Amino acid sequence: MPDQPDTDALFKALADPSRRRLLDLLHEHDGRTLNDLCEHLDMTRQGVTQHLNQLEAANLIATMWRGREKLHFLNPVPLQEIYERWIAKFEKPRLKALSDLKKKLEKSHG
Amino acid sequence: MARSTFVYVTYIRTTPQKLWSALTTDSQFMQQYWFGVHCESQWKPGSPWKMVQRDGNISDSGEILEADPPRRLVIRWQHQLMPALKAEGESRCTLELEPSGPAVKLSITHTIEREPSVLIEKVSGGWPKIMSNLKSLLETGSIVLDDAYPAGRKD
Repeated sequence: MPDQPDTDALFKALADPSRRRLLDLLHEHDGRTLNDLCEHLDMTRQGVTQHLNQLEAANLIATMWRGREKLHFLNPVPLQEIYERWIAKFEKPRLKALSDLKKKLEKSHG
Repeated sequence: MARSTFVYVTYIRTTPQKLWSALTTDSQFMQQYWFGVHCESQWKPGSPWKMVQRDGNISDSGEILEADPPRRLVIRWQHQLMPALKAEGESRCTLELEPSGPAVKLSITHTIEREPSVLIEKVSGGWPKIMSNLKSLLETGSIVLDDAYPAGRKD
């Protein structure tokens, strides 16, 4: 694990559907084991381990040992930092208007 | 045993000593990043601990279980204001500081022996904002959020 996970590692870690799925799984229920997480993904154990390592290197998950079990926890602190750096500073009302417009247009074309 | 836990980790470019005092003894500094809140304690094993809100109300209280400056602090923590949260009983909050290159890794683990827990749900919404503000204040000298619930989300 690097001394200080950087922003690039963070965005790279988020740029993969399986890794985002892992974050969602931990959001639903925190403190899961590797076995538990593997059950929810159509992927080899090694594959899941690699994704978890990448998430941990980006500081998006934290791990803790309980006896012989390694538990995985979602660490939302870097997401909060992305939120503050890249979202909160832009004007929210305009973003909301745009997102409403997108929803409306997609509905009428769907 | 049913248990609710969260673990939060952040890396802050500072020294363990500065981070320790920001988390404990320096209550004026604490108010700057903790939305007006500060904690009072002697920060020694066995000392009482309380969290004081901006309006002077004590929202949470307990005891220091372990204090090993500037490495490890364990607080027995019980909420006091909202009856439903108070009824959940005591939780345990562990803060660990570990040098990591030019930074300090700060890990906060908050656990209660029940699941689900409203307390854990409530504090888990707050910690990332507090940690993010603390990081920004120590690294740049200013905070990023001055309101925990901006844009009309006050309740």
